[in-house]
Amino acid sequence: MKIIVCIKQVPNTTEIKIDPVKNTLIRDGVPSIINPDDKTAIEVALRLKEKHGAEVVVLTMGPMQAEKALREALAMGADQAYLLSDRAFAGSDTLATSTIIAAAVKKLGADLVLCGRQAIDGDTAQVGPQIAEHLDIPQITYAAAVDYDEERETIIVKRQFEDRYQTLEAKGLCLITVLSTLGTPRYMNVWDMVAQDEKEIGIITFADLDLDKANIGLGGSPTKVKSTATKQFDKTIETVELDPEAAARTIVDALKARHLI
Amino acid sequence: MSKNVWVFCEQRDGEIQNVAIELLGVARELADKVNEKVVALLLGHNVTDKAKDLVAYGADEVRVVDDSRLNYFVTEYYAQAVTQVVKANDPNVVLFGATSIGRDLAPRLSARLHTGLTADCTKLEMDEEGNLFMTRPAFGGNLFATIICPEHRPQMSTVRPGVMKKPEYNTEHQGEIIMETVDFDDSKAVVKVVEEVRETKNVERIEDAKILVSCGRGVKDVAPAFDVAKKVKGTVSSSRSLVDAGIIEHARQVGQTGKTVRPEAYLAFGISGAIQHLAGMEESEYIIAVNTDVNAPIFKVANLGIVCDAGAVLKQLDKIL
Repeated sequence: MKIIVCIKQVPNTTEIKIDPVKNTLIRDGVPSIINPDDKTAIEVALRLKEKHGAEVVVLTMGPMQAEKALREALAMGADQAYLLSDRAFAGSDTLATSTIIAAAVKKLGADLVLCGRQAIDGDTAQVGPQIAEHLDIPQITYAAAVDYDEERETIIVKRQFEDRYQTLEAKGLCLITVLSTLGTPRYMNVWDMVAQDEKEIGIITFADLDLDKANIGLGGSPTKVKSTATKQFDKTIETVELDPEAAARTIVDALKARHLI
Repeated sequence: MSKNVWVFCEQRDGEIQNVAIELLGVARELADKVNEKVVALLLGHNVTDKAKDLVAYGADEVRVVDDSRLNYFVTEYYAQAVTQVVKANDPNVVLFGATSIGRDLAPRLSARLHTGLTADCTKLEMDEEGNLFMTRPAFGGNLFATIICPEHRPQMSTVRPGVMKKPEYNTEHQGEIIMETVDFDDSKAVVKVVEEVRETKNVERIEDAKILVSCGRGVKDVAPAFDVAKKVKGTVSSSRSLVDAGIIEHARQVGQTGKTVRPEAYLAFGISGAIQHLAGMEESEYIIAVNTDVNAPIFKVANLGIVCDAGAVLKQLDKIL
């Protein structure tokens, strides 16, 4: 079984600050990490490999610095890594991004494609299902458990909803997006850390893929960013300093005045 | 020419989801701007009798696909049904709830229809030419981006539950109910639903609460908060820190990675008010904040700000209520 895991390198959003004057993100000094849901997807692939035998291939799209994320995946135990990098890819929205990744998955060939549910920088959860549609294969999103039945050659997934779950079965190539609650990603191990040094990361460019420029990059993206802004909170109220007793009394009075209690 | 504002009206077990009703409200505003119709798209099995409710919530047209294949949510069948009905009618806008169903279906459709999709919008506006301006948070809520989809139709977006206001139920409102037939391709639906199990968690729904007693890092002991909530007929919610610490379950979390709430009163105890948290509660009718730090950002959205130890105030409230 050949498993392709699509991952994204993201800035650790909990450490992002905004430049209040220029209204832009301050990325300096903000560490880049493998997106948490994607890291769980790597973990799922490695567990399937240990249990059933598989070749685990990690794939990402981004600037050359994204190699660091791939090296980390290799050090966790992935077998191969590919980086999609080309100026023609820059500025892609989710649809254009999925078009490029789908073309790469097609070129590499796979029996199973795994993604994280969503990335913490955009939170869209769109690229996974869009890749699946481009490849004309089924998708299973929000996976809370993934199993493989060797005898029946069937993938069994617990698909989580807000108020329920489904047990789903799929035969043949499909794409699964996993929740980070599915499993804690393992640490890089010494053995694989040494081994990954020897491994080459495959670079895939526009020229390697069967792609139409009209469908990728900034120009090929249906959605455009019109403007960005930081949130302004404009309510200016007086705060009062009170002892706990007076504070409690004030709160009760305020709720009573609004007929809430 | 692409016309009308469509809402994918999500139902579960035949019950229209609140987010669908909220979307009908915003769809009305958008459609009125260009004098077009609000169209509700209802998919499911034995759900046709719900169509009149969608009319009462403001739909001028309800298009129903009622088929046993749509009994459970199955991505491929739902995608086939929406694709066929949308292609035959060429809507200008299609809105989806940003639920685990909408966030599965909408991106699949965007690729199938080759159009743009903007996730988790917090504001939707339309100009006179019918262009949709979709504002959404990015980078964990640190930044807001307004997205447009100028050259592709339909313009599609998802909106999280609780973000838009529910419109009034008005039995006077008139609308047409249209039954659609879809030509399903069963050979494509290869994912088999073995079982679907409803999980009846005993967690109160914070999104339905009138009063939320919300705790943050500044509350060391949450027990009095539960007592206070009970006494005011409210519910306990929290900021992310207490969820990460394992003190409060995720279903009670307010904010970017939790839920969006708009209760009549939001009582923030010991919550500093990170932007991710504010994004989930700033629309509350009335906000009371208690925090020891006078500079805490939570005071910027509060109607009543009290500088005091939140834990002590909760204990005192428990005593006097």
